[in-house]
Amino acid sequence: MMAYIVRRLLYAIPILIGVNLLTFVLFFVVNSPDDMARMHLGVKRVTDAAIQQWKHERGYDKPLVWNEQAEGAGHLTDTIFFDKSLRLFAFDFGQSDSGRNIGHDISQRMWPSLAIAVPVMLVGLLVNISFSLLLAFFRGTYLDFWGVVLCVAMMSISGLFYIIGGQVLLGKLLNLFPISGYDTGPHAWKFLVLPVVIGVVSAIGAGSRWYRTLFLEEINKDFVRSARAKGLSEQRVLFVHVLRNALIPILTGVVVILPSLFMGSLLLESFFGVPGLGSYTIDAINRQDFAIVRAMVFLGAVLYILGLLLTDISYTIADPRVRLE
Amino acid sequence: MMGFQPVILATDALIYLLVILALAFAWYTRRHAHLRAPWRRVAASRTAMGALVVIAVYVVIGLLDTLHFRPASGEDAQGHARYASEVQSVLDLLATPLVAHREKTYSAPFATHLYTRETIELPGGGQVRDFPRLKWGGAHLGDPARRAGDIAWRSAAGVALGAAAWLLWMALALRRHPGGWRAWWADPGRAPMRTAAWVWLVVLILAGLVLTLAGVYHILGTDKVGEDVFYQSLKSIRTGLVIGTLTTLVMLPAAILLGIMAGYFRGWVDDVIQYLYTTLSSVPGVLLIAAAVLMMQIYMNNHQDEFNSLTERADLRLLFLCVILGVTSWTSLCRLLRGETLKLRQLEYVQAAQAFGVGHFTTLMRHILPNVMHIVLIVVVLDFSGLVLAEAVLSYINIGVDPNTNSWGNMINSARLELAREPVVWWSLAAAFVFMFVLVLAANLFADVVRDAFDPRLRERS
Amino acid sequence: MTQPQVQSDSAPVLEVRGLRTHLGPARQPVRAVDGVDLSLRRGETLVLVGESGCGKSMIALSLMRLLPPTGRVVDGEVLLDGRSLLDLPEVAMRRERGGRIGMIFQEPMTSLNPVMTVGRQVAEAVQLHDPAHAGQPRARVLELFRQVGIPDPERRLDEYPHQLSGGMKQRVMIAMALAGRPDVLIADEPTTALDVTIQAQVLDLLRALQRETGMAILLITHDLGVVAEMADRVGVMYAGQLVESGEVGDFFRRPRHPYSRKLFAALPDAGKRDRGLDVIPGMVPPLNQDFPLCRFRDRCEAAQAVCGEAPPPWRGGAADGYRCHLAVDEIRLLHAATPPLRPAAPAADRPLMRARGLQMHFPIRRGVLRRTVGHVRAVDGVDLALYPGRTLALVGESGCGKTTVGKALLQLLRPTGGTVEYDGHELTRLRGEPLRRLRRAFQIIFQDPASSMNPRMLVGDIVAEGMRAQGIGGDRAAQRARVAGLLAQVGLPESAMQRYPHEFSGGQRQRIAIARALAVEPRLIVCDEPTSALDVSVQAQVLNLLKTLQAELGLSYLFITHNIAVVAYLADEVAVMYLGRIVEQGPVGTLLNTPAHPYTEALLRAVPVPDPAHQREVLRLEGDMPSPANPPLGCHFHERCPRAEARCREAYPPQVELAPGHRVACWVAAQGSSMPRMVK
Repeated sequence: MMAYIVRRLLYAIPILIGVNLLTFVLFFVVNSPDDMARMHLGVKRVTDAAIQQWKHERGYDKPLVWNEQAEGAGHLTDTIFFDKSLRLFAFDFGQSDSGRNIGHDISQRMWPSLAIAVPVMLVGLLVNISFSLLLAFFRGTYLDFWGVVLCVAMMSISGLFYIIGGQVLLGKLLNLFPISGYDTGPHAWKFLVLPVVIGVVSAIGAGSRWYRTLFLEEINKDFVRSARAKGLSEQRVLFVHVLRNALIPILTGVVVILPSLFMGSLLLESFFGVPGLGSYTIDAINRQDFAIVRAMVFLGAVLYILGLLLTDISYTIADPRVRLE
Repeated sequence: MMGFQPVILATDALIYLLVILALAFAWYTRRHAHLRAPWRRVAASRTAMGALVVIAVYVVIGLLDTLHFRPASGEDAQGHARYASEVQSVLDLLATPLVAHREKTYSAPFATHLYTRETIELPGGGQVRDFPRLKWGGAHLGDPARRAGDIAWRSAAGVALGAAAWLLWMALALRRHPGGWRAWWADPGRAPMRTAAWVWLVVLILAGLVLTLAGVYHILGTDKVGEDVFYQSLKSIRTGLVIGTLTTLVMLPAAILLGIMAGYFRGWVDDVIQYLYTTLSSVPGVLLIAAAVLMMQIYMNNHQDEFNSLTERADLRLLFLCVILGVTSWTSLCRLLRGETLKLRQLEYVQAAQAFGVGHFTTLMRHILPNVMHIVLIVVVLDFSGLVLAEAVLSYINIGVDPNTNSWGNMINSARLELAREPVVWWSLAAAFVFMFVLVLAANLFADVVRDAFDPRLRERS
Repeated sequence: MTQPQVQSDSAPVLEVRGLRTHLGPARQPVRAVDGVDLSLRRGETLVLVGESGCGKSMIALSLMRLLPPTGRVVDGEVLLDGRSLLDLPEVAMRRERGGRIGMIFQEPMTSLNPVMTVGRQVAEAVQLHDPAHAGQPRARVLELFRQVGIPDPERRLDEYPHQLSGGMKQRVMIAMALAGRPDVLIADEPTTALDVTIQAQVLDLLRALQRETGMAILLITHDLGVVAEMADRVGVMYAGQLVESGEVGDFFRRPRHPYSRKLFAALPDAGKRDRGLDVIPGMVPPLNQDFPLCRFRDRCEAAQAVCGEAPPPWRGGAADGYRCHLAVDEIRLLHAATPPLRPAAPAADRPLMRARGLQMHFPIRRGVLRRTVGHVRAVDGVDLALYPGRTLALVGESGCGKTTVGKALLQLLRPTGGTVEYDGHELTRLRGEPLRRLRRAFQIIFQDPASSMNPRMLVGDIVAEGMRAQGIGGDRAAQRARVAGLLAQVGLPESAMQRYPHEFSGGQRQRIAIARALAVEPRLIVCDEPTSALDVSVQAQVLNLLKTLQAELGLSYLFITHNIAVVAYLADEVAVMYLGRIVEQGPVGTLLNTPAHPYTEALLRAVPVPDPAHQREVLRLEGDMPSPANPPLGCHFHERCPRAEARCREAYPPQVELAPGHRVACWVAAQGSSMPRMVK
């Protein structure tokens, strides 16, 4: 087990190097820093001096990968690649293009993200499992049929409409919750309810339908027939035998996204004005702040790989058949 | 009659390629019983046939919008035709009234007046702030108060027109049916076709309503710059379809090739391919798309002179978006195919081929590829609706299609800024919602049936 | 064998009258069970025997009311002690299910919940049906585990199904069924998925439990050997109906229905070596139709005019009769025409293919750096010689490495050690084009006719694939002609070329696979369990074909199987494998009649013989085959061997030649023989 984890962590290194190279190529090779500067300063009528100034302030005036002028190790270290890409491995995200410390921003902004993402995940899991169990219990009936149709219809609505609809209906017309904003004090929950409800509802369609297929897959297995042959009631068959087996893929599917919850939800946060990492990312994209986007790409990859590792480990806990070698 | 010069944009070319591939695939399928069988199961589903009619209507509109040309705008000194710089499509031609009837700014559906007060010069001198009459919407009415009656009358005519067209269609279609329409109507095996016929009736009635109403009213209102929202919605269809189909088209070759190679050869080939897709999939998709699109924007801004026209530029951006979406979405299909190939290569017929000394390439083409194609098809169909939805979200974050391209995402994006207005400007949003929802729902329903018909593991249940 | 006390005068505990079960759409249902009457008395074993798809499992599921969602009982009565089960509300039925009627299934591998300990799964049944132990089920579960012979039950209780072997899982299933102290136990092919030595253990256990508890057993099987071993009474199923029933002795002495008789004639055995086996032409008719006449008529040689006039009547009593128009002495069956078999080729001096010290080790990697920490020794030093025109049978239980040997010989898996010599070529060192060209000389036929052909290719292309790959058979037209010729040779019409594999039955597909192998004119064919997935009557067709082809073409066969009867019928020499090594090898007669190795003896004695009068004494093997990753020290077999001595635990025995060509690797056998001669 330990050996397995160590091996997986070692395997993460080449992947992160790959991600790093990919972002480096995307951000510095496809377009030169000059192009970026021109973009920020306005394409027309921009002086070379202004461009140099912009680059210097942000440390983009160094050579890409090989510094002729530097001494010794400086050939390699005094470069954009070292400063902007390799430093990420030490979680040193540097400064944003607007001059803020990215690492500090991330540590501040992940809490609001979690405050929304965690309840959305937990409540969503509960709602989806209950609903899909209901459908599985009444499989083959009209309830099941229309339940699935409802799921498909809900899947066919863009997430944007859930948010807009929820804001208009619950916030504006019924005036139940503030439409947007965020607070940390005792009134924080007021601002959280609406995004959480919308986050849960928008995922019901796809989630419940997927879980329902998992349940039905288990229901048709031989061991369920043996359980019935014992004389177990249908409820017990479903809630003990089927549920326990179907929970394995459900739980491991949740575990893989656990670390990524830090990243927050792009849409929810930006619509509701929550100062989390999701809206941070969107703002960065809109302001074309490449330093932040770069940092988030790397962070996202790290969290994803962590999620994969946690998934493997959770398999060994949830499923007695799996042993990691 | 004026001449015209056909124009083939980059996405047009790919769409033609896609149509040719689809026709070739259909022709090939018709000739092979085992390929026909699952499609027959699809055809036996009422849901699928109903959804198919809806999808077909969208596809026809999208294709009409793909036939691009430049109209002639006169002759030059040598007598050669000159062509307008603006690119039009056949759809634009058909919807000329919608394009031409441009108002000043917002107006509600079926409105006769503008949505905002303006200072109006009174004929007898003096000014008043009021809602001015629209230039086109309801302009045929002498008295705006007669609007309700006019709409009712025109609607009735539209419904009648649609119903009549439907009856004519059915009569022609069933002319040759043995036993006439009664037999057709009573045949339980024809239930899916009857569902399709009902959906077709709804489509034709809607078309009839559009014919009688859209010419004289803005049936879905107008937007900020006075453009007809119904026209925008129609134009957005092509964008949605392009994103939904071309994305998979561009990613398929890589996904299929790498997936089956990884599963078949294993060893270092497998390691390299797995490394490739794990790396790509570990970057959050939105961020990768954002990064790539931002870089493309910079490139396009700095090389503006390389593009002949705005249309061409917007089109290239659309194509690039498809490529980027393809790059982020091929990994899951690749992984699926690798797993399936791992299973297939253990099968005895692959080993029998090996025992005959059949080469690797032949084995891949003859034994592996045909037996994973059903997975490819299922994934393509399932991905479609997700991609259409993704377009809207990406456009909202400003990393989607070009702001000049008509798309549902852009419609939502511009409309959402007006939500805070009192009273709300809701029609752009509603139009985008309805057009998207109908397409995505039809696609989802159809995809469900296709998956059940093609995946034998799923079929044996239920 | 002590006879269980059949209380023949008592009223039946289970009675089935006119049972009809339909599957699928109501418009055109599959009539899986079409009017079946059964009765079962306390302490009695009734065996339902029939080929696949005859509806025997559906009877069991109908009784338990566990039919699949599309299935329904449309008519008939099921009486348990006079109470109608079909009329009970579901709640009451649940008390009977697992209470008074227990059931065990064919696939112990998948029949247990993988994420629940076996102890808990049995405890569930105890809590439901045994109020006395409902509060503290553990003690009762332990008792049940002991009753079904699970060694070390305290530990097993807390294990998960994947930690148990197939035989152990089936014992757990039996324990579960016994929890409610049932009056009736339904066993649906309980040993089909198990090896013969394990099958012998499980059948023993069922008999012992029956003696102990006096329960009635309804056993379902396709194996006439199991019938002879277990049955008090027999019912033969064909196409959803019972076609014959009777007391077991009578049935085996004098089967009456033409179908039953043909089944016996189709069974391979040593006595039929010099002639062909009887076959039943045609296929079981699809059950989604009405049968106004006898369902067996189209396949029946004895059919007469009267058979085309009315449905056949049931002759004799309910418990002892058969369904036929004809009286027993009117039924005249032709016996298989002896195919023109040439005498088996005399053993040539030079083998066609010879393997020496063949090894197939798969590395086990562990740790951070995936270092190889051991090997699974799937094949561990096997010597074989295959002679032209002769058949070598490779026999062993699942997991012994016999299939790996076949594939390693043909270089479908590259051996990790040893040599394979063919016609002067050392195959293990050949690669690329030279090996590819040699491949036409040795071909393989697989077990599963469903997966051995690409479902997307026409049969014509499938058969021609080898010719095209090897660039033989001339142009397209010549190839087509040759394919047609090959199909004719295996008894299929030319029109088969234009059809897809799924349009053919299992037996037909196996014949297509043979035609495909023959297309490249091989000299040697590895037959990897080619008849294991087939019913007896179909198996006979394939065996006949293989035998005829060998006589005509002088083919050499390596016949991999676990079926001793097939070996006796077909093989010239036999090699017995255990845990990656050959433990005994010799001429078929010698080896089957006077086995020297204790494992061979146990294997042969474990096979149920289809003759109740000739009951064997089982040489009982304890436990399961060890893992090839970690074989025991000394002789691999010593842990299970009833004759093991001290030195068996110390060193692996050398091969000893007991008689010319009869070699054995066993300390004890070598000692007992008069003239031991060391081979190596």
